[in-house]
Amino acid sequence: MTRFIVPLGIFVVLGFFLYVGLHLNPREVPSPFINKPAPDFKLSQLQDFQQQFSPKDNLNKVWMLNVWASWCVACRQEHPLLVQLKRQQSDLEFFGLNYKDRPEDARNWLAQLGDPYKFSLVDMDGKVGIDYGVYGVPETFVIDKQGVIRHKVIGPITPSIVKDCLTPLTQLLQQDTATDAPEMKKVMKACA
Amino acid sequence: MRVISKLLSACVLFAAFFTTVNTWSGEAQPLAADPELEKRVEAVSSELRCLVCQNQTIADSHAELAIDLKNQVREMLRSGKSNDDVVNYMVDRYGDFVRYKPPMKPTTYFLWFGPGILIIVGLFVLMVTLRKRKARIDESPQMSQDDLKKVDELLHSSPGDSKS
Repeated sequence: MTRFIVPLGIFVVLGFFLYVGLHLNPREVPSPFINKPAPDFKLSQLQDFQQQFSPKDNLNKVWMLNVWASWCVACRQEHPLLVQLKRQQSDLEFFGLNYKDRPEDARNWLAQLGDPYKFSLVDMDGKVGIDYGVYGVPETFVIDKQGVIRHKVIGPITPSIVKDCLTPLTQLLQQDTATDAPEMKKVMKACA
Repeated sequence: MRVISKLLSACVLFAAFFTTVNTWSGEAQPLAADPELEKRVEAVSSELRCLVCQNQTIADSHAELAIDLKNQVREMLRSGKSNDDVVNYMVDRYGDFVRYKPPMKPTTYFLWFGPGILIIVGLFVLMVTLRKRKARIDESPQMSQDDLKKVDELLHSSPGDSKS
């Protein structure tokens, strides 16, 4: 009898690991920034180089930093959704980080496809991107009133991410919900 | 013909190199100017994983992000940061995943000690199996001296005289 049980056991264990592996995404590197202060920077605005912006300017505000570029195909994919959110005047406020792009290309892109951002910041050499641990575009950081990064979406935003994660998370953060509150835990689970 | 034209162009390039080499001084220094620094950049970046081409180090990779990160490494080292400072900077941003040598901590114990444990378990199983086998051989009924003689006779006799 044991002759069959041992190989069967090994098979089951191996099968379990392989099955779990099917649902993992090796490209998704969890950000170590979650629940850490957003790195500081000072960058010019895309539409007006004279205007500078620093994350400190957004203290007491829940906001999203959306990393994008005109050369990025997946950004084109998520863009209509962002434009639609802005048109619907949703609670989500997006600030763009124009990553390693030519400003004139970026402006053309926004003129053509619509500008969903409060404004975009010019990170031409990608330094701020590196500081934020960006390794692919688009990426979106959710930053709370204290200037702490609470969540990072890797890849294009989808309607279900907006509905199940970003919208409830923003609402909870606006009410200063504690990290260990049950509803916060539930939302973070939906975000994961 | 081909060879000659190649040689010629090589000569031209060579000459061009020497005529321009003097004008370089005073301009931005080429990277090789500081071999010591480059060696350190190489050492640090060969410990860091390229995030977009995950089985390469950023020293090996030509992906744009890898080049940017290498420049970042160079810049930090030049400004007097230690190798560990640079690695820690990257770990702060990209997590332990960027390190090709994972750190020793509770979540990585299995990674570090797993292979050793597997070897020990394997050796143990091997030992038990061998012991069992030896015991089985020892327990099997012994042949008597007479039987052995019979076997010997049978083996050394030709088919003709086995009738006896």
